[in-house]
Amino acid sequence: MPDHNEVSPKSASISSKLNLSTAELKEMARRLRRHVITMITTAGSGHPGGSLSAADIVAALYFRVLRHDPGNPQWQDRDRFILSKGHAAPILYAALAEAGYFPVAELATLRKLDSRLQGHAEAGLTPGVEMSSGSLGMGLSFAIGVALAARLDSRICRTYALLSDGECEEGQTWEAALSAAHLKLDSLTAIVDCNGMQLSGWTRDIMNLEPFVRKWQAFGWHTIDIDGHDLNQILSALQKAKKTKGRPSVIVARTIKGKGVSFMENNVTFHGKAPTQVEAERALKELE
Amino acid sequence: MIVEASTREAFGKALVELGRLNSDIVVLDADLSPSTMTSFFAHDFPDRFFNCGIQEQNMIGIAAGLAASGKTVFASTFAIFASCRCFDQLRLCLSQPGLNVKVVATHGGITVGEDGRSHHAVEDLALYCALPGFTVIVPADAVEATEAIRTVASTYGPFYVRLSRAKTPLVYPENYSFTLARAVVMRRGGDATIIASGIMVAKALDAADSLARQDIDCRVINMHTLKPLDKAAIVKAASETGAIVVAEEHLAQGGLGSRVAQAAAKEKPVPMEFVNLGDSYASSGTAEQLLERAGLTTRGIERAVKTALGRK
Repeated sequence: MPDHNEVSPKSASISSKLNLSTAELKEMARRLRRHVITMITTAGSGHPGGSLSAADIVAALYFRVLRHDPGNPQWQDRDRFILSKGHAAPILYAALAEAGYFPVAELATLRKLDSRLQGHAEAGLTPGVEMSSGSLGMGLSFAIGVALAARLDSRICRTYALLSDGECEEGQTWEAALSAAHLKLDSLTAIVDCNGMQLSGWTRDIMNLEPFVRKWQAFGWHTIDIDGHDLNQILSALQKAKKTKGRPSVIVARTIKGKGVSFMENNVTFHGKAPTQVEAERALKELE
Repeated sequence: MIVEASTREAFGKALVELGRLNSDIVVLDADLSPSTMTSFFAHDFPDRFFNCGIQEQNMIGIAAGLAASGKTVFASTFAIFASCRCFDQLRLCLSQPGLNVKVVATHGGITVGEDGRSHHAVEDLALYCALPGFTVIVPADAVEATEAIRTVASTYGPFYVRLSRAKTPLVYPENYSFTLARAVVMRRGGDATIIASGIMVAKALDAADSLARQDIDCRVINMHTLKPLDKAAIVKAASETGAIVVAEEHLAQGGLGSRVAQAAAKEKPVPMEFVNLGDSYASSGTAEQLLERAGLTTRGIERAVKTALGRK
């Protein structure tokens, strides 16, 4: 079991809201999913499917695992969360708002003119956003740079990068996979939200990635294959990654695109389409 | 006797000096450090040097992550790979967040010569100048390269510096002081102005000497910073000399010529001529052969000046 009582001296001042029990995390993930539906419906555009598939992973990170301080987003020793699959910006915004980086009410401004919540996240604009994303395959490289800087400065913080399985079709992801292992970056954990779908269909039909875990192993990574909606498995995997020395870890999280909303689950239509008002009401009812 | 020196060697030496002064400087290279001369830094500061292998896209991403964590990052490779191979990464990871990464590329232009057109970086300036927030510099000689690198290291933000492979004539004395985005009038003159960058500055000075013997009095400006552009110097030259020739080692589109023309067209349109590579690639050959064939020569500049004067 993950040792969620382990509180580092520096995080002592951080509220208990960021150290939820597993039952509370489950509730938080549900709440984040509700935000995603409401935000994207209000915006009239966006990508619900990939945000919903990542909700449990993001909840576990922001409300248990990450050492971070919403009151001090630039805290030098914070753990970094790098969202590489940029179209899942809504789930990141939802987590940042619930954690206290900015008011929850601001979520309603997603994709609006002059909002800090751009369609894809922008570094420097939104408190808590570490990297600009939106062109796939770049996050793992950025995370390597962040982890290297921490190593150079002898900071003990960890770096987490959330990738999609689809973006592992980008060659740069594998450039980064090579170099993170070469550099023995054990402070780096990649999490691949393997929902099996991409914009135009099933990943296995468009560009088969399997045997996916074996590819990462062949690149020199410690791999952990889990159910990406089982919070106990997520927390346990993150703990194993933390304890692994000498090489980076990748958590291959098997997820369901659109998870939590029956008519969105495994439905590629909702990769990049906002629900209608009626659909949103149905979705929110299911997420009550 | 013309004294020559290498801009990339100047860069390599300047990096070592800067590395001593600033422990936050980190240097990345993509398997070309013996050629880009980041090898000097790698030798002296092995902990702060990372050979990223043949991975330009990954290198730019890593550079961004380091810079976002407070490092001053130099990333080097050949100009062709530093521009075309990783443009999307430059755009999203460096330009949009405005991170403190200095891309210093060697082997710019066609003077790479024998390696052929695949290795001729002739679009790099257009690409980098298109990126908001980037400062783009092409030093004229090794003295200016050293000064520019020092300035770049101490100025926050994304930079592109284009250097050459070959040794180039020195146009500056050792005590030259570089000011970012401030054009340098290398020679006074009232009949026409030659605005040049990089290796074309020395040729522009030679052309002006030759033209002087023909009673044509040319101003020569070294426009070392392409972006932001010293528009005041251009407008002044247009107003005072009434004709402009722009000389650069780059394709016609998007480089110094395009940028000077845009500035002049708005404030003070005058007859202009352009000495550049037009709209075609070169081939294998010695640097001198390729420059000769493309007309990037003293004679080529002289002809352009006379054509511009004829249109005054």
